[in-house]
Amino acid sequence: MSDNFEPTIIGFLCNWCAYAGGDLAGVSRFEYPTNMRAVRVMCSGMVHPDLVVDSLKKGADGVIVMG
Amino acid sequence: MNIELLTLSEVENVKGEQGNFTVTIKKNPRYVDEDKCIACGLCAEKCPKKVPDEYNEGLNKRKAAYIKYGQTVPLKYAIDPNNCIYLNKGKCGVCAKICPTGAINYDMKPELVDINVGAVVLAPGFKPYSPKGVDYYGYDEIADVITSLEYERYLSASGPTIGHIARPSDGGEPKKIAWIQCVGSRNTNCAKNGYCSSVCCMYSIKQAVMTGSHLSSDDNEQVIFYMDIRTVGKEYERYYESSKKQGVSYIKARPHTLLAGPDGVGVTMTYTTEDGTQNDEYFDMVVLSIGLEAPADAMVLADKFGFDLTQYNFAKTDSFAPVSTTRDGVFVTGAFHSPKAIPKSVIYASSAAAEVEAVLSESKNTLTKEKTWPVEMDISAADPKVGVFVCSCGSNIAGVIDVKDVAAYAATLPGVEYVENNMFTCSTDTQDLIAEKIRDNGLNRVVIAACTPRTHEPLFQETLQGVGLNKYMIEMANIRNQNSWVHPNEPEKATAKAKDQVRMAVAKVMGNYPLDDVEVNVTARALVVGGGFAGMNAALGLANNGYETVLLEKSDSLGGVAVDLYETWKGELVKPGLDAVISEVENHDLIRIFTDSTLKSVTGSVGSFFGEIARGEDVENLEFGACVLATGGHGYTPNEYLYGQDARVVTALDFDKMLANDQDKATKAGSTVFIQCVGSRDDQRPYCSRVCCAGSVVNAVLLKKSNPDMDVYVLNRDIRTYGEREDVYKEARDLGVMFISYTPETKPEVVNLGDDIVVRVTDPISGFPLEITTDRVVLATAIIPNDTSSFVDMFKCGVNADGFLSEAHPKLRPVDSTVDGLFLAGLCHYPKPINEAVAQGKAAASRASVVLSKKTMKLDAIKSHVTQNCDGCALCVDVCPYNALTLVEFEEGGKIHKRIKTDKALCKGCGICAATCPKEGIVVDGFTQSQLKAQVDAILERV
Repeated sequence: MSDNFEPTIIGFLCNWCAYAGGDLAGVSRFEYPTNMRAVRVMCSGMVHPDLVVDSLKKGADGVIVMG
Repeated sequence: MNIELLTLSEVENVKGEQGNFTVTIKKNPRYVDEDKCIACGLCAEKCPKKVPDEYNEGLNKRKAAYIKYGQTVPLKYAIDPNNCIYLNKGKCGVCAKICPTGAINYDMKPELVDINVGAVVLAPGFKPYSPKGVDYYGYDEIADVITSLEYERYLSASGPTIGHIARPSDGGEPKKIAWIQCVGSRNTNCAKNGYCSSVCCMYSIKQAVMTGSHLSSDDNEQVIFYMDIRTVGKEYERYYESSKKQGVSYIKARPHTLLAGPDGVGVTMTYTTEDGTQNDEYFDMVVLSIGLEAPADAMVLADKFGFDLTQYNFAKTDSFAPVSTTRDGVFVTGAFHSPKAIPKSVIYASSAAAEVEAVLSESKNTLTKEKTWPVEMDISAADPKVGVFVCSCGSNIAGVIDVKDVAAYAATLPGVEYVENNMFTCSTDTQDLIAEKIRDNGLNRVVIAACTPRTHEPLFQETLQGVGLNKYMIEMANIRNQNSWVHPNEPEKATAKAKDQVRMAVAKVMGNYPLDDVEVNVTARALVVGGGFAGMNAALGLANNGYETVLLEKSDSLGGVAVDLYETWKGELVKPGLDAVISEVENHDLIRIFTDSTLKSVTGSVGSFFGEIARGEDVENLEFGACVLATGGHGYTPNEYLYGQDARVVTALDFDKMLANDQDKATKAGSTVFIQCVGSRDDQRPYCSRVCCAGSVVNAVLLKKSNPDMDVYVLNRDIRTYGEREDVYKEARDLGVMFISYTPETKPEVVNLGDDIVVRVTDPISGFPLEITTDRVVLATAIIPNDTSSFVDMFKCGVNADGFLSEAHPKLRPVDSTVDGLFLAGLCHYPKPINEAVAQGKAAASRASVVLSKKTMKLDAIKSHVTQNCDGCALCVDVCPYNALTLVEFEEGGKIHKRIKTDKALCKGCGICAATCPKEGIVVDGFTQSQLKAQVDAILERV
């Protein structure tokens, strides 16, 4: 793995908590790395296991489900 | 749309009367045009003037152009006229130059506006007690003595230290922190505040518990110095007990000397414990748990509106009309009513709304506005045509992300028909422009790359509705809050991320299909179960607001447990208050009373429930749109302290009956011993019954006043006379009532020695055993909720471990049950005194009125939806938290098939069903598996 490895992370963010937290981080101007791509869901409970496996199979380096 | 918000405003003058007030409001200038401000924050960023940030208790600085905090409503900046350089010296003007929308206006002047209203609700809040000038707390001199509000800001992620606890003297991380309770409360020496502030015990325990997770080392210690721990709220006692297990220590002492530690770091504190030992102990920080005072302008408000205050300047109310001030048509909620935390503030607010609804019921809906929309176009046969609008948000987005590049990229994506970059996509003129582009280009899907859908999606949905496009044909790419604002120093990566976000949104919107908001018919009739104080007030609230109400009572008469109560802590006799409510209920045209009746079955959901009411053999069907459960509670029947074996040992309810029916018998005794917490705060019922301390203390005062020679004892674990009830506790002590505390390990004993009953207890100060020979023992028994299992079965509502029905949210929705259209009031929710039961009854009426006020109710369309793939395996049925799914059978091609059916009124769209289903047999509209997959694929396209 090279030194400049940039992982692609897929985040499933619950609309009511994690996604709202993501918005608040913005309002508060908290900086964090650009690697995560957020998929908004209405509840972390709607994230099917297949979605997680699929993401990893298709090349995501990490999946984070936040809720 | 039906709430007009006037900020920076104050009441100048009030004229008129209930039903027709003219209130003159002074609107102070914001110096920022609210219609133009887009909250980009540039004014604050460039403003050269720094001032202490009052939101963070002055622990850091804000600018003279500012918002109070991140979630400010409305999210519009303001200029502080006391500190703005331009407004004071006529020079500077930086914010006006930098503002991208020209929103700054230094020429704004205060305006006087008259508004005509039928009723007024006052919610001016409270003033935190200031320990400044009180020498023995050392707040002025010792750096590491801070107030609980300051500590709260240290704990907050949006506070001055972003959630890290820093010792003010040297910025170091503290290990050992003490809290001192009752600072400025229960104190008539240095403050004139004889009352208990009600909230400080709980917030201090919370702060102590949370502290560990804010420190880097596990080697830390939290000690709370208290007089009585007053965890009287729902689940509070459990939290208190669990805090002890988590390592928080409690010392019953009032520290009297605080000195700065060595080199001015930390605090050395002197305190004396109950056994008389004096201790000097070092703490890194000392937090003063400050109380709540009436708002600074309480007297001005009372004067302008013409109502009475209590001796502590809280609004004066009585127990049977707890939100009504002494002026008709003027109601009060929040801490101005009496010190209270969020749940009670919310309950009292809804209660005030119910009172206002009653005042305004004749003119209901005469001023409300409703929007209308054009007919929706049919796009089912059309190919997807996506319009992408990329927002610059002034420089908020464009300052980091190359928006032109993103827009150019968007144009290359499949399905995209039209792309535009706007300075402010949310502005009114851009909405018109989007509408025009949708029409001109035949767009049937829209992507807005801008801020967050959580705040702005409804706005853009309206734009779509305005041109007849289904409002669910939109997706947003959050390139501001979750991109430019958090990656200001990585413009290239941020631009790449924005392109990914746009690609994801386009991929998702391609799979969108028109959705209809779920519409349910509403039966404008309410059912109230339980005819006690709470239930009757709920029924009155509903009926006074114009709704037909059925009041169901399982016993043969109204009144509930209050029938046995003698007087309130304010000294009002309960019987006349109760009789008045019963008579009002019985004589109300819109209330039908069913006594000796039970609810046998319920089907349906919010807006249209169908119930069967059983009265003996008779069963009546009832349709109703909303229901209030006020099923009440009862006293615990003790099997301890000789209850049932010796007639001189009675429960508090027995004693109240004696006071009502044969007061002489109660007052002629030579001695009376009250024993508190009988059946409460133990392993079986680990909750505080909330009302018993004030109840016993009030009766002790009554006994002492009628018969000063009587020896009156109150054996207690803590005396929990919260709020202004504390005055009664003080009065009891002044009258010579003796209070002796015990612990679960040193419980009193009641023995029968022939003619005498003797109560044995250990004196906590001397440690000596005491024997009290007495004529009567009164047991303050626990309040137990009446059995609600049938309601839990019928409505599928939640219930806690103690049998109390659960609220939808303990702080924010304390009256709503976990089921839509079902509301809670009174003892079935938690033990509470009459004024709180009345308030919650009225609050439940107001909440239920929200459902009943419309002929049909709209619920959003993000709901589960069964597809052809469903084969009826029913895996999803058990995981649904809302009982929205059922397995149904149907016939097709001569065969019986099984399939799942969704009740859209119950479904919340959480999609746990979809995640459980192995074959996409059930999906959530707007968030289907394919749409989520499309987004994942879009992300990974570039990998």
